[in-house]
Amino acid sequence: MSHYTTTGLDNRKIALWTFIGSECMLFGSLISTYLVYKGRSLVGPFPHQPWTDPATGQTYPAILDIPITTASAFVLLMSSVAMVLAYEAVKHRHDPKVTFWDKVFGNSKLWLSVTIILGAGFLGFQSFEFTAFYHEGLTLQRNLFGSSFFLLTGFHGAHVTLGVLWLMSLLATDIKRGLGPKDAGTVDLAALYWHFVDVVWILIFTLVYLIE
Amino acid sequence: MATVASSPPYSAAAAKAPSGVWDWITTVDHKKIGQLYLYTAIFFFIWGGIEAAIICAQLAKPNMNLVSAEMYNQLFTMHGTTMVFLAIMPLSAAFFNYLIPLQIGARDVAFPRLNAFSYWVYLFGGIFISLPILFQVAPNGGWFGYAPLTTAPYSPEINIDFWVLGLQILGVASLAAAVNFITTIINLRAPGMTLMRMPIFTWMSFVVQFLIVLAFPVITIALFFLMFDRVFGTTFFLVSAGGDPLLWQHLFWIFGHPEVYILILPAFGLVSEVLPTMSRKPLFGYPVMVYSGILIGFLGFGVWAHHMFSVGMGPVADTVFSMTTMLIAIPTGVKIFNWIFTMWGGQIRFTSAMLFAIGLIALFTIGGISGIMHSSAPADLQQTDSYFVVAHFHYVLFGGAIMGIYAGTYHYFPKMTGRFMNETMGKWHFWTNFIGMNVTFFPMHFSGLLGMPRRIYTYDGGQGWDTFNLLASIGTAILICSTLIFLVNFIRSRKHGAVAPANPWDGASLEWSIPSPPPEYNFAELPQVTSRYPLWDLNHPEMTEGVDHSSADAAQVEAAHATPMHIETETRTAKELGIPMPVNTAKPVVAAFLLVAMLSGLLFYKNGSMTIALTLMVGGALAFAGTMYAWLYAPLEEEH
Repeated sequence: MSHYTTTGLDNRKIALWTFIGSECMLFGSLISTYLVYKGRSLVGPFPHQPWTDPATGQTYPAILDIPITTASAFVLLMSSVAMVLAYEAVKHRHDPKVTFWDKVFGNSKLWLSVTIILGAGFLGFQSFEFTAFYHEGLTLQRNLFGSSFFLLTGFHGAHVTLGVLWLMSLLATDIKRGLGPKDAGTVDLAALYWHFVDVVWILIFTLVYLIE
Repeated sequence: MATVASSPPYSAAAAKAPSGVWDWITTVDHKKIGQLYLYTAIFFFIWGGIEAAIICAQLAKPNMNLVSAEMYNQLFTMHGTTMVFLAIMPLSAAFFNYLIPLQIGARDVAFPRLNAFSYWVYLFGGIFISLPILFQVAPNGGWFGYAPLTTAPYSPEINIDFWVLGLQILGVASLAAAVNFITTIINLRAPGMTLMRMPIFTWMSFVVQFLIVLAFPVITIALFFLMFDRVFGTTFFLVSAGGDPLLWQHLFWIFGHPEVYILILPAFGLVSEVLPTMSRKPLFGYPVMVYSGILIGFLGFGVWAHHMFSVGMGPVADTVFSMTTMLIAIPTGVKIFNWIFTMWGGQIRFTSAMLFAIGLIALFTIGGISGIMHSSAPADLQQTDSYFVVAHFHYVLFGGAIMGIYAGTYHYFPKMTGRFMNETMGKWHFWTNFIGMNVTFFPMHFSGLLGMPRRIYTYDGGQGWDTFNLLASIGTAILICSTLIFLVNFIRSRKHGAVAPANPWDGASLEWSIPSPPPEYNFAELPQVTSRYPLWDLNHPEMTEGVDHSSADAAQVEAAHATPMHIETETRTAKELGIPMPVNTAKPVVAAFLLVAMLSGLLFYKNGSMTIALTLMVGGALAFAGTMYAWLYAPLEEEH
């Protein structure tokens, strides 16, 4: 791909930035709907208040589990750090590596794997959370909170899943033939997408979980 | 001249490549894809026109029984949906595809295979949403599909599912194309083509792509909510669960109003190309035309609730949206005056393209003025949901968008085919179209103000509406004849039109510097651009004298004179020139088909055919993933 370009940038990078702009409106619509519907559910479970089941008269605590979600948010944020290291390792693949730490930080397969594991870990947390909510009575159909919460976080989870698959295909290429400086642009794209998905989670975590 | 022969000289070198239908199916050439868009969109334009013709026949007289009320609902829903998503948007896309790379001096778009994918998704999505009307199960909730009316309790049948999934599919096509064109315009401009030297059509298209990228995700989400409500029982629009009936309206119109500018700005761009060329004068106030296009796009995101004045949003919201709506009249008015000033003092040639361009100015102004009437909330309360609104948006969409697209078609037909369209028939087409359009839609202003609501399948006589409805139906008949004249001309001229040279209208921009039709690689060498009107600088320096047209400074011009602009006169093969070309591939069409198959699984899921649903969704998803994998790992171009 050595064609002339006006800006000198990779076409794919401009396309991905455009796509990210579009995604902002996608998540913007989901988050706005969640916020508009906040506090308007007629029946529980509620995110931040305890609720009483009218059928049984039993009272249940608020449904969101902040400590566990904090842990999963931390896992996802750390995956971004690993992604940065993976990109640097690919970019500097041919640099001489002297010390033990040079070798550790220069190992793109290691850092791609760590990113994938952390991303998959986040998805594991999410499946756990969804299952737990389901057992506590919060379904897609239960109330406005259930509908808007599951669609918002589910959309984000789908994005993380796509990112994990993308990173796995990069790892497969890395194992097959080794990713080097000329692949840095390709890895950069995945990294850009991955960081974006992370930033969206910071927003969701703040707006959905932290603010009551 | 050799370029218009039936077997162009470069066909010998391409003998190895697949030919005929298979070549069209696997093509990644933006010029062929542009033509595919054009032919398909004309087909759907006729399809939507037939729906309109049945509507007008039904309304010709009071208490007619041509179609049932239910069928009438399907007809007006599909007429709107077809014209907006399957006719006008893709007609614009045809010009984006064909012209943008030629106007900026590029070999192709940034992602040729993605471009093919967009077209095929559009085609399959169009078939998906259009076929049901033949079986009387077409969408019937209006083109803006207001929820809760379109939710399962009120519309349990399959009709709305076709609409929800069909629009979702068409959205994929538009988004993929928009990302592609933004990248193309930012990154593939020829050396020296700064933003302020870009042809105005490319500029307006650029604005439109941003509108698509930012507006379509909102309707995507709205459609997801509606689909989940209908298929999986979520409660987004369920009022009994506390759902807000206005949520859909807000989300739809946050998309829907920018969509209006998505429909009209490409036509504005086309007439802004036709008017200066046919007046032999530079476009009056080019920078202001660019800025007002951007401003229209920007303000377009802040006016959506003027579609909702009657739902009771309160005086503050009504006032704010009234004022932002009125503001849009300023950049739009600037454009209209600049077009008039472009013609002022010019040596005008009244070609068919020019007539349609002038027609746009006249008719769009009428539609624009009734638009300003709607922007006042108290006036709108009298007009909303009446035929006055129908008159308004047909003046801006038919009188505006369609007239502009006709102008562009006559103007660029010689470039696409190497032959002229017949001018006599073109003028017949224009005048019948102009008269037919006014006879059809002008009376609707009156029937609307006399209280005739839109979307009623029939009416009682004696309410003062009879004459106006009859007139509208007569006008429709004139429009049908007019469209037939166009079709005959269009089809006949492709083979039998007069042979056109490379620059038949004496145009100023790069697309006129290459043969008609252009060779597969477009430009034999990268053009060096030193001003906004490179061909006029070369051929008619007097036409731009004293007009600032962003030309390079003296030193740069001198350097450019040393290597004058290359005017391509002969057609050689890409191989002879050593230009790497993207290779044909069937992967985009396969991926598009699988995407549609995958989504249509939801229809079966909702109707309880689990086996078929799962086969389609899981099988489709796996096959789609496999195709995408093969696509991404296959090189775009042949190794040289």
